[in-house]
Amino acid sequence: MSDISRPEVAHLARLARIDMTEEELDRMAAQLGAVLDAVEQVAAVVGDDVPATSHPMPLRNVTRPDVVVPSLTAEEALAAAPEVEDGRFRVPMILGEEA
Amino acid sequence: MSTTEIGNVPFEEAVAQFDPVMGLEVHVELSTVTKMFSAAPTEFGADPNTQVDPVSLGLPGSLPVLNAKALESAIRIGLALNCTIASQCRFARKNYFYPDMPKNFQTSQYDEPIAFDGWLDVDVPASEDGTGEAFTYRVQIERAHMEEDTGKSSHVGGSTGRIHGAEYSLVDYNRAGIPLIEIVTRPLTGAGRRAPEVAKAYVATLRDLLRSLDVSDVKMEQGSMRCDVNLSLRPSPDAPLGTRSETKNVNSLRSVERAVRYEIGRHAGLLRAGQRVVQETRHWHEDTGLTTSGREKSDAEDYRYFPEPDLVPIAPDPAWVEELRATLPEPPAARRRRLQSEWGFSDLELRDVVNAGALDLVEATVAAGASPVSARKWWTGEIARRANAEGIDLASSPVTPQQVAELQGLVDAGTLTDRLARTALEGVLAGEGSPAEVVEKRGLAVVSDDSALTAAVDAAIAANPGVAEKIRGGKVQAAGALIGAVMKEMRGQADAARVRELVLERVGAS
Repeated sequence: MSDISRPEVAHLARLARIDMTEEELDRMAAQLGAVLDAVEQVAAVVGDDVPATSHPMPLRNVTRPDVVVPSLTAEEALAAAPEVEDGRFRVPMILGEEA
Repeated sequence: MSTTEIGNVPFEEAVAQFDPVMGLEVHVELSTVTKMFSAAPTEFGADPNTQVDPVSLGLPGSLPVLNAKALESAIRIGLALNCTIASQCRFARKNYFYPDMPKNFQTSQYDEPIAFDGWLDVDVPASEDGTGEAFTYRVQIERAHMEEDTGKSSHVGGSTGRIHGAEYSLVDYNRAGIPLIEIVTRPLTGAGRRAPEVAKAYVATLRDLLRSLDVSDVKMEQGSMRCDVNLSLRPSPDAPLGTRSETKNVNSLRSVERAVRYEIGRHAGLLRAGQRVVQETRHWHEDTGLTTSGREKSDAEDYRYFPEPDLVPIAPDPAWVEELRATLPEPPAARRRRLQSEWGFSDLELRDVVNAGALDLVEATVAAGASPVSARKWWTGEIARRANAEGIDLASSPVTPQQVAELQGLVDAGTLTDRLARTALEGVLAGEGSPAEVVEKRGLAVVSDDSALTAAVDAAIAANPGVAEKIRGGKVQAAGALIGAVMKEMRGQADAARVRELVLERVGAS
């Protein structure tokens, strides 16, 4: 069985901003281990001649022309905002995590 | 926030003891009319959240599609930076949680940039204080990749309204999704004490290059071109690289130079005191010329990049890439060298033209028939002075290169004196028409009718018999008084040399 440690799961949970209990971390470590096992089985049968792929379709170069298409008004854009102030989305302050 | 408890080492001392290494990351907003992955408009300064669509807002079910023009611009930038263009590349998701990106990830490129392994030759001018000569530094370009800009947060509450003490944030997503190209250098080594100047010259050269490509308006003050400065020090050029700091959002050429100088002094202070440099993001403060600590990078930098499943790979047709390469404009530095040689300008004269933002204007004026010297004098002299007084760019001045050439043509033909030409320019700037029309309407042309001039000269002689007598007695310099009187009578619209000839002739005759 693949080894994914509890600290690794805790790290992933923190990166994903998911609050998990000790018990959940244990359970998730086991479940993620099973997922990784499945991936390893696939990896085992894939030869070196098969390139890694991220897209199953052979499509390339899908683009659109640089032409404006009218879309949402500010009112529509803000319709689903939790709170609105001054035409902007009002959100809790988050410090120090900008990219 | 860390302060400078440990004093910064004076710059000259710092660079005498340590070898600085820089890495520069420049983000450029492309001047496309729509966003990188959707057809929302990109106009600067629009009302908040009026330039958005489901893709910019990351609404569920929305799907991105790449802007063809942005791809073309990215490839042209890559080619202009002497990069290899990827035969195939993908987009990637850079995952992080911050409200400026509503999707919780930024669509970027990670291990497969569109362009890589390039270089840019940078002409570093002689130091202003005369301590260093001009030289050329080749900046190695690691990569140029496509990504999207983020929204804009403003922080509200607290006493100062700045980020510290704020209670909540307001987000405008107009900027979210605007096409960005990030250009990353390899470590710049060997610049020594010229490092701050090299950094500034690189960003200036890159800005000129991007402007010549017409892919971005490259306005650092509006944020359409932004620079992050990575800096580290090492004890000697053969030592391994030291720990770096990354100073964000250095948004003017002067600040690029100042930020590098500041960080060199700060790192040197820490290293001399036996402390370690923290690998962190720092913020540049334009007003104080200092950087302050942002956040530590070490463990936060886990962006869990993975290939973007909603965008298919890009595989530019090599024939298209070659077509784009063939239509690149002449690089600005090469163009300046060519024009300087064609025009016979000194380095100083060319620099005046470039600094005045008049290179294109002088070139167009010369193309319209004026001599390079006269074109330069107009644009860096009278027109620059008036534009400056109006507080506008030379390029926004209402006078055109064709009109300047026409004006100079009138001077060369003897129709206008320099002074009258300046008056005519005033009329052109005031919208009174072409130079010829202004001359006609204002009656500015030099009076070349000898009979009118002769009459005025005779009148002056008659009114000043004493002066005429002196001239006859051999005091030719006394003629100045009579010439002045005639010029005044002609309201300046006479050729002073011709008036002098007539004065001497008529004094002898009378």
